[in-house]
Amino acid sequence: MCLGVPGRIEKISENDDPLFVTGSVNFGGVLREVILAGIKDPKIGDWVIVHAGFALNRLNEDEAMEVFDYLGQISGLGQNELQDSDAVSGSTEEAEID
Amino acid sequence: MKYVSEYRDRESAVKYAGLIRKIVKGEWSIMEVCGGQTHSIVKYGIDQLLPDSVTLIHGPGCPVCVTPIELIDQAVEIARLENTIFCSFGDMLRVPGSSADLLGVKAAGGDVRMVYSPVDAVRIAADNPGREIVFFAVGFETTAPVTASAVLQADHLGLDNFSMLVSHVLVPPAIEAVLSGEDCAVQGFLAAGHVCTVMGYTEYEPIAEKYGVPIVVTGFEPLDILEGIHMCLKQLEEGRAEVENQYMRAVSRDGNTDAVQIMRTVFEAGDRKWRGIGGIPGSGLSLRERFAKFDAGRKFKVSSHEVDEPDICISGEVLRGNKKPSECPAFGKECTPEHPLGAPMVSSEGACAAYYRYRLARER
Repeated sequence: MCLGVPGRIEKISENDDPLFVTGSVNFGGVLREVILAGIKDPKIGDWVIVHAGFALNRLNEDEAMEVFDYLGQISGLGQNELQDSDAVSGSTEEAEID
Repeated sequence: MKYVSEYRDRESAVKYAGLIRKIVKGEWSIMEVCGGQTHSIVKYGIDQLLPDSVTLIHGPGCPVCVTPIELIDQAVEIARLENTIFCSFGDMLRVPGSSADLLGVKAAGGDVRMVYSPVDAVRIAADNPGREIVFFAVGFETTAPVTASAVLQADHLGLDNFSMLVSHVLVPPAIEAVLSGEDCAVQGFLAAGHVCTVMGYTEYEPIAEKYGVPIVVTGFEPLDILEGIHMCLKQLEEGRAEVENQYMRAVSRDGNTDAVQIMRTVFEAGDRKWRGIGGIPGSGLSLRERFAKFDAGRKFKVSSHEVDEPDICISGEVLRGNKKPSECPAFGKECTPEHPLGAPMVSSEGACAAYYRYRLARER
């Protein structure tokens, strides 16, 4: 229900009232018209998180890799070492991540 | 898909699981609030990657599941009216009311339509000036801005044939209701990422302080959830109770103030009954008086009555996090996704449906 899908703004339909500004957003090749009323000064190329046809917020691309940074930080290993290391791996037999 | 698939990396997930095992010394119970997170946890088997001393309790964060049965009955009553087009998100169509569901109304000839967005319902209203269009507005703070946008658009277009049955609910009062419950076993929370994308997380800071529980704003992909669990467990092991943000690519402390403003222009907070849980003060959104003409409940003067859930269904216990779906005597027997007794078996984010799809089906 609270699904939010990241997409990239490809086109903006201007409106005098910012409440009714919409844009065409590309979701992995699928285009959909989205309300941009919640995005300050939207620009073509911005990544937004869309829920039910409404852009909830801009996606902060600078923070996109944070989950890997945190993993590196808590494991005490750098990204390159992490790629090779199985030192931090626990039991893998139950893992079901696709 | 960019900004989705990278957070499903198996290698990294296994590393996270290993690091979680390393820091855990005590026995801990963490509630993930959002049904979307429950779905990911069960689908990807994240709970099975954790040490036995860590329990994930599934929370009440499925808006479809907590919409009161009385409101489903009202929706059915309106959808049966002549000259009416009833629009709803797909999940709501199969939620059982006391005697019927919306899909049954459609099968009997009613004009019930599934829409992707409430704005689609406004478009249908503009295209059908001779008919009444009613949208079933369910959802948390994530959905409230788009519902509010639909109301503003209908108002702007001067539509008098559009209205909505509003069942919007708010997360922080529900967390407080869980924490205030007798024998509450929850020691930490993963807060719902997209709710916080809109609202930020300042509302959670007094809750963390008052109840002494860590709250970690968390995303929906497997690595997000594993990182959120690690952050929450680290706080528990260190005796801290703070609000932290795992989902930084989507959430800032203050949220999206423009979206909140749109929501507050149209809605005001009020008391709300949650299916399976009961009344929670200040936990719902209602249309402000200025937009009362869009209130389908008032427009169609639908009846209001108290309804009991089927005796055998323990969905209330499941929604409060007291029991797992598999503890229900009807689970997978009298109650299946094809013939649901309770709402959590209907929605893809309902805990019962997730267990049925990803656990029971595999066992069989």
